[in-house]
Amino acid sequence: MDPVLLLLLVLLGFMIVGSLVAIETRGLLSSVISVGAAGFALSVVFLLLGAPDLAITQVVVEILVLVVLVRVVITRRDETYATSRSTLAVGSVLLVLGILVAVVFLALGASGGAGLQMRPFGDPLLNEAAPASAMAPVGEIADAESDRPETIPQSIGGAYLQEGLKRTHAANYVMGIVLDYRGYDTLGEATVIFVAILGAYAVLRRLGRHSHARDEPDR
Amino acid sequence: MRGMSLIVRNTTRLVAGFIALFGAYIVLYGHVTPGGGFSGGVIVAGGLVLVVLAFGERFCREVIPHEVVRTSDAIGALAFLGVALLGYLGGVFFKNFLPLGQTGALASAGTLILSNLAIGVKISAGLFGVFLALALFRRRGERRLMAPEPPLPDTEAP
Repeated sequence: MDPVLLLLLVLLGFMIVGSLVAIETRGLLSSVISVGAAGFALSVVFLLLGAPDLAITQVVVEILVLVVLVRVVITRRDETYATSRSTLAVGSVLLVLGILVAVVFLALGASGGAGLQMRPFGDPLLNEAAPASAMAPVGEIADAESDRPETIPQSIGGAYLQEGLKRTHAANYVMGIVLDYRGYDTLGEATVIFVAILGAYAVLRRLGRHSHARDEPDR
Repeated sequence: MRGMSLIVRNTTRLVAGFIALFGAYIVLYGHVTPGGGFSGGVIVAGGLVLVVLAFGERFCREVIPHEVVRTSDAIGALAFLGVALLGYLGGVFFKNFLPLGQTGALASAGTLILSNLAIGVKISAGLFGVFLALALFRRRGERRLMAPEPPLPDTEAP
């Protein structure tokens, strides 16, 4: 077995265990720490899959969130209470669901091969070469063959990979896609974060105003 | 919120500058090495959070007022939009109007470095502002809401 794949499976198992511990444990602090462990394992998974940008972002965000959560948890009173839950019932339900999913997956994958079969690793759907007419804009199908060069990449992913470095000159090509080809997307994401932060201020500030008025009347 | 012990403060004095430097490196070289505006911004925000946790709320309010944080958040967002709008110099929205340069150099890939800078400022200020709001506003309001209760056990005593 491929050692990288083996390591991936071990990490995925570790993440599942960490998530279960985070849900089931009683102490709030240990729950937060388990979430952090699962997050760090996820960053290693990203690194193994060849996405260092994502790995860096995941580690850094995980650290920040962990610090904030630990800060919040330490200064809060632990007001959770244990709910009784039969382990046997939950376990058997999970087992039945797992068997059901496995059977459906195998049945659909085996029937004719066109069912739920997963694509081979490292070969995303965007890389698939399509006929040139499929990539042509609407209404240009008729004369698509005549004025198109032979070497035109036939999928979006292939086009990015072939033309991107020449067009953007960005050595870290992920940034070339995120900020140049997909600038609109990034602008939208920045707007989402901006609105989320505005929302956080709006929600948290009402209490702050009260204490401002009391603590520093001349501010 | 008070600061932490002397050990934490001294370590923070040593380390905080390097954290900020590393964040700035990640932001500036986002188009050459892995990283970018978002990750670098979060690193800078983490360094600021460390300073606040170590030195306490009063120090933070003197050095970095919350108004500055909020303003730079908005400035970063507007700067990114401005980079996109400057694309009209080349004809279209988001046009990469700067010279592309040599691949792998710092001054390459046109507007990417400007966009990364804007996003870095925006993310660091935004996340740090949310941390301030969560850590300071909420706790101060809570103390008022739960006034009859006895004070919480002091977990930060040296």
